[in-house]
Amino acid sequence: MALLSKKDTKLITDPLLDNNPITIQVLGICSALAITAQLKASIVMALSVMAVLAIGNVVISLMRNIIPSKIRIIVQLVVVAALVIIVDQVLKAFSYELSKTLSVFVGLIITNCIIMGRFEAFALANGPWKSFLDGIGNAAGYGLILVIVGFFRELLGSGTLLGFKVLGDPIEKTGLYALGYENNGFMLLSPMALIVVGIIIWVQRSRNEALIEDH
Amino acid sequence: MENRTDKNSYTIIFAIVMVFVVGALLAFTASSLKPRIAENQRIEKQQNILYAMGVNDNTEGSAVFVSTTDAPELFEKYITKQLVIENGVTKEDSEAYLMDIKKEKAAAVSDPSKRRLPLFIGEKDGKTLYVIPIYGKGLWDAIWGYVSMDENMIVQGAYFDHKGETPGLGANIKERFFMDDFIGEHLLDASGNFKGITVAKGNADPKNEDKTDNEVDAIAGATITGNGVTAMIKSDLKLYKPYFDNLKNN
Repeated sequence: MALLSKKDTKLITDPLLDNNPITIQVLGICSALAITAQLKASIVMALSVMAVLAIGNVVISLMRNIIPSKIRIIVQLVVVAALVIIVDQVLKAFSYELSKTLSVFVGLIITNCIIMGRFEAFALANGPWKSFLDGIGNAAGYGLILVIVGFFRELLGSGTLLGFKVLGDPIEKTGLYALGYENNGFMLLSPMALIVVGIIIWVQRSRNEALIEDH
Repeated sequence: MENRTDKNSYTIIFAIVMVFVVGALLAFTASSLKPRIAENQRIEKQQNILYAMGVNDNTEGSAVFVSTTDAPELFEKYITKQLVIENGVTKEDSEAYLMDIKKEKAAAVSDPSKRRLPLFIGEKDGKTLYVIPIYGKGLWDAIWGYVSMDENMIVQGAYFDHKGETPGLGANIKERFFMDDFIGEHLLDASGNFKGITVAKGNADPKNEDKTDNEVDAIAGATITGNGVTAMIKSDLKLYKPYFDNLKNN
């Protein structure tokens, strides 16, 4: 690959599967449970986290030699909070509609443990370009799980995908509903997100030998 | 060898500089963008009020406002009168739509007579509509909306919005399938007393065909947000009952 060296490619592909932030490191669970009732919300959240994590990683990486180690967590928190607030303000002024869609996610982005985790574990010790790739990769790994969970929760819970009624109309009793199918309202509640994430972890661990622990 | 960034003096200076830099950056961003943001919010209020009146670009299934460029002109055209009711006295005020309902509610906690009630009167298709802003709290943060009704307090349209309800659950109060349910619902009971509209779980009327039961169907997984909608409709719209009584008697 000409654009990225082998090591750089690994920075992006590793967090997708073998070192996925949600299923392997079990980070960012809170937002994964909260917003995955709809596929659209999952996608918006994944893209927002990607932007914040990539930019934040670069900023922290550029500052890595001047940050005092005693207060580094506070510095990281300030960087991510300032970044998110500035982006939110700019969107409010120039793209009001988009900012309305994203405003709900702002608090969830700042408190996402993946962001702090990558600042602490990667950006503080690596250069800006590598940190940027690491940010993109980890956010993609996070987004992948979000989209999978969102897909199943929206499909089984509401019978829709991205708002389209793919299984027919539950009130008019068309499509699958004519056969007596019912939406599972439990899928819309957070506990079911945890169970779906658990199933993903189970499938992944049983297929990947490196992840199977000895007893 | 001790790293220079480990020194206490360095740490303190770094913290102070960081606070100033970030503070200045945020203050600068906020104050330089303020006029644009205020203008956006002003137009949004006009769009909200027009939406509640049924003036919108709705497509199948999703709620769409009139465009931001058309909103001021349409607002001028459809809204014939803006009133402020204070202690039963009605005054005209062309800026009533900019009133902050949250502040009005907060001021009224200690002294209910201080509450000023904005009311927008509009004409659409030869019908007179009364649009009333409401404000309350959901699960995480504020929720608000606009309800339009005719002179018998029968809802003709509703718009709800929220600051931070859970996406996919409580956030769905601003979706058409929820807002459209309110159209045609009665706010009064059969004997003409104010009853409000309850967002009810598991009611026997999922298609919402019974418009006089003072109930709409709730959203699964959004109980507390739904209760918030019920509460703000009950508490805020009730205050306008005397105005509508007057309207009938004259």
